[in-house]
Amino acid sequence: MSILSVGLFVFFVALVLALSFYFASRARSASGYYAAGSRIHWGVNGIAFAGDYLSAASFLGICGLIATAGYDGFLYSIGYLAGWIVALFVVAEPLKRLGKYTFTDALDAKFNHRGIKLTAAISTLVVSLCYLIPQMVGAGVLVTPLLGLPHYAGVIMVGAIVITIVATAGMTSTTYVQFIKGALLIVFSTVLVVAVCVRGLSTAPDQGGRVPFKQYRTLAATETNGTISAGEAGTQVVKVAEAKKVRFAKLLKNGTETWWKVEADAGGAMHLQEAQSVVSRPGGARLVNGARESRENQLGQVGNMEAIDGKTGVSTGSIGPFKLLALIGDPDSRVRQWKNAKFADGQDKVTVYYPVLTPGNRILRPGLNFKVEGTPLERIDFASLMLALFLGTAALPHILIRYYTVPSPAAARKSTIVAIAAIGFFYILTLFMGLGAMTGGVINLADDNMSAPLLARSFGTFLFSMISAIAFATVLGTVSGLIIAASGAVAHDILDRYAGVIKSDKQKVAVGKAVAFAVGAVAIVLGIVFKGVNVSFLVGLAFAVAASANLPAIFMMLFWKRTTGRGITASIIVGVVSSIGIILLSPTMYEMYGLDPALAPIPLKNPGIVSIPLSFLAIVVVSLLTRRSGIANQEADG
Amino acid sequence: MIHEPAAPVGKDPAFAYKRRLGVVMFIVYGVIYAGFVVINLVEPQHMGDILFAGLDIAVVYGFGLIVLALVLALFYNRACGRKEAELSGGKGKART
Repeated sequence: MSILSVGLFVFFVALVLALSFYFASRARSASGYYAAGSRIHWGVNGIAFAGDYLSAASFLGICGLIATAGYDGFLYSIGYLAGWIVALFVVAEPLKRLGKYTFTDALDAKFNHRGIKLTAAISTLVVSLCYLIPQMVGAGVLVTPLLGLPHYAGVIMVGAIVITIVATAGMTSTTYVQFIKGALLIVFSTVLVVAVCVRGLSTAPDQGGRVPFKQYRTLAATETNGTISAGEAGTQVVKVAEAKKVRFAKLLKNGTETWWKVEADAGGAMHLQEAQSVVSRPGGARLVNGARESRENQLGQVGNMEAIDGKTGVSTGSIGPFKLLALIGDPDSRVRQWKNAKFADGQDKVTVYYPVLTPGNRILRPGLNFKVEGTPLERIDFASLMLALFLGTAALPHILIRYYTVPSPAAARKSTIVAIAAIGFFYILTLFMGLGAMTGGVINLADDNMSAPLLARSFGTFLFSMISAIAFATVLGTVSGLIIAASGAVAHDILDRYAGVIKSDKQKVAVGKAVAFAVGAVAIVLGIVFKGVNVSFLVGLAFAVAASANLPAIFMMLFWKRTTGRGITASIIVGVVSSIGIILLSPTMYEMYGLDPALAPIPLKNPGIVSIPLSFLAIVVVSLLTRRSGIANQEADG
Repeated sequence: MIHEPAAPVGKDPAFAYKRRLGVVMFIVYGVIYAGFVVINLVEPQHMGDILFAGLDIAVVYGFGLIVLALVLALFYNRACGRKEAELSGGKGKART
C-alpha cells in the first residue's frame, strides 16, 4: 500500500460521489432518475456504453484468463464484441422506439400483457444479480493489493459507494461516471500495452529490475523399488502423492517441507521440479512453500518465457505489438505456465502449483482452457459459450436501458457504433495485457483476476495505482448500472405497471432508491460468497441467462408477427428456468458445492446451446397455441 | 402511469429499410462468426497455422472479427443516415 495508491483511490471515489451529488437535482422525476431525461449526447452515451460493458469481467477476468490460458481468454473478447453487432443491427433503434425506462417496456409495448411485465422484470432481476456477482468479486480482488484490505472490505466498500451513487442521482450520474471511467480505462490500458511493448520479452523477466527473477530448481532423482530419492545431500523425500495423473514428492530439508513435481525426461532419467505449495492445517494454519503464511511469505509471482524463438537466456528489447505476438506464438518459443493440483496429505489439504512448458503455437490458438480437441460434449460446451456471448450482449438489461438515455433512435444507433469502436479497441488491448502478464512474471497463482493490475505494478506504483483506481471505478460504474436496471424492474415494471401500486412519479423514484439499497445489500453478500472464482467465467454465465431469457423474446417480438404476449411470457420463463437449472446442475457448480464434478447430472458448463433454442421453441409453440389472443391484442393496439 | 417513450419519437419513414439492412448485415456477420467457431471445433490445430508476419489464423481471424464489426457498423450507419436524409426530403438530417 502506498500513499499514491490511496490518494488516487480516494480521488476517484470522491470524483464519483461529487458527480452523483452534482446531478442529484436531475433525478427528481422518474424520467430523470431512470433514463437521465433522455438528454445524453450519443458520443457520451457511446463511451458510457463502453464504461458499462468494460466491467470487472472484461478488464480483470479476460486479462487473467489470457495470462493463464492464452488465446482461450481472448475468445471472450471476440464473443463479447461480436454481441454488439446484434445490439446494433437488431435491437438498438427498435428498442429506443418502443421503450421508456426498462427493457420490459419495449417487450410489452405491443401487447400490454401482465405476464410480460412480471416475467421480464424477474428476468431483469435475475440477470442483473448474475452479473453483479463477478463485479463485486472483482472489487474485493482490487482492494487487497491497492489498500491492503481484505476481500470482504472491498466488496462492502463498493456496495456502500454504489448505493450512494444510485440513491442520489440515478442514471445521469451513472452515465457520466461510466463516460469518464470508460475513457480513462481505454487510455491507461493503451499506456500499459505500450509499456509492455517497450519492455519487450525476456526469458528472465525481473519487472524492470524491481523483482529479481526466480529460477525454479531441478534436482536429479532416482527411483528404486517405488522409493524416490533426491540427488542432493541433506534432502529427504518423505512422501509421494499423486493428483491429476501427476506425482508430487514432499521433500524435507533443514526442517522445512516443500513439494516438488516428479518428472522423467525423454531418456527416462528422473528429476524433481521445484513447485510452490499452500498447505492448510486442520487448526486453520496455512503454510506457503513450507513456511507459515504471512504478509512477507506469499506465493511467488510467476510466468515467463523459457525460450524465445528457440533461444534461451535472451531479452528482445523494445518490439512492436505484432512482433510480440509473433514471438510468443512461435513454434520454437516455450512459455512456462503454472498448473495446480489439490490433494490430501493426512489431515492437511495441499494445493501444489507446478510449472509446465507450453510451445508458443499452443498459446496463441484455442485449446488450453476450452477442450476444442476434446470429447464431442466438451466441443459442444465451447460452442455453447460462444453462442451465449454472441447473443447475450443485446439482452443485458443494464445495457438495454442505456438506449433510453439518448434523445432519438438515430442517436441510439450512433452511440452503439461509438461503443463498438471503443470496446473493440479495448478488447484488442486485452490480448497484449494478458500476454504481458503471462510472460512478465506477474501472475498471482492464487487469483488470476489480478493479472492486469499486477502487470501495471511491474511498471511502477503510479501506473498500478492509476489502473487499479480505474478498475475500481469500473466496478462502481457497472454495479451502478446493474442496480438501476434492477431498481427499474421492481419499481417501474412490477410495482407500477404490473401491480399498479405506485401513485406518483415521485413515489416511483423513492421506491427505486429503496430497491437500489436492497439489491446493493444482496450484491455485497454474493460478492463475499463467490470470492476467488474467475470473474469472466461468471459473466459468461450471466450472458447465457440473458441470451436465453431475453433475446428470443426481443427477437421474435420484432420479427415474427404471430408472437403473442403469452408466448413471450413462456419464452422468458423457459429461458430463465432452463439456463439457471443447467448452471446449478453443472460440473462447475458441483465443484463449488464441494461435490465430485463427475457426478453432476448435466455435463454442460455453459447452458446457452440448450436453453436458447428451448426459449425460442417456447415462444413459437405458445404463440401458435394462443394466437387468437395475440391477434386480439394487435387489433386492440390498432 | 401512461406508457410512452421517455422522449417523444416521431414517425421514421426509413424504419423498414434500416430493419432489412440490419438483418442482412446481422446474417453476414453471424455467418463469419459461426465460421470462426466451426473452425475452432473442427480443425482447431489449424488455428495455429501461421498466416503472415508470424501471426497465426487464430489471431488474424480474431482481430478480423473485431475490426469487421466496426467496418460493418460504420457502413450501416452511413447507409441508414443517407436513407433517413433521402426520405425526410434531402435535408441531410433525418427526423427521427
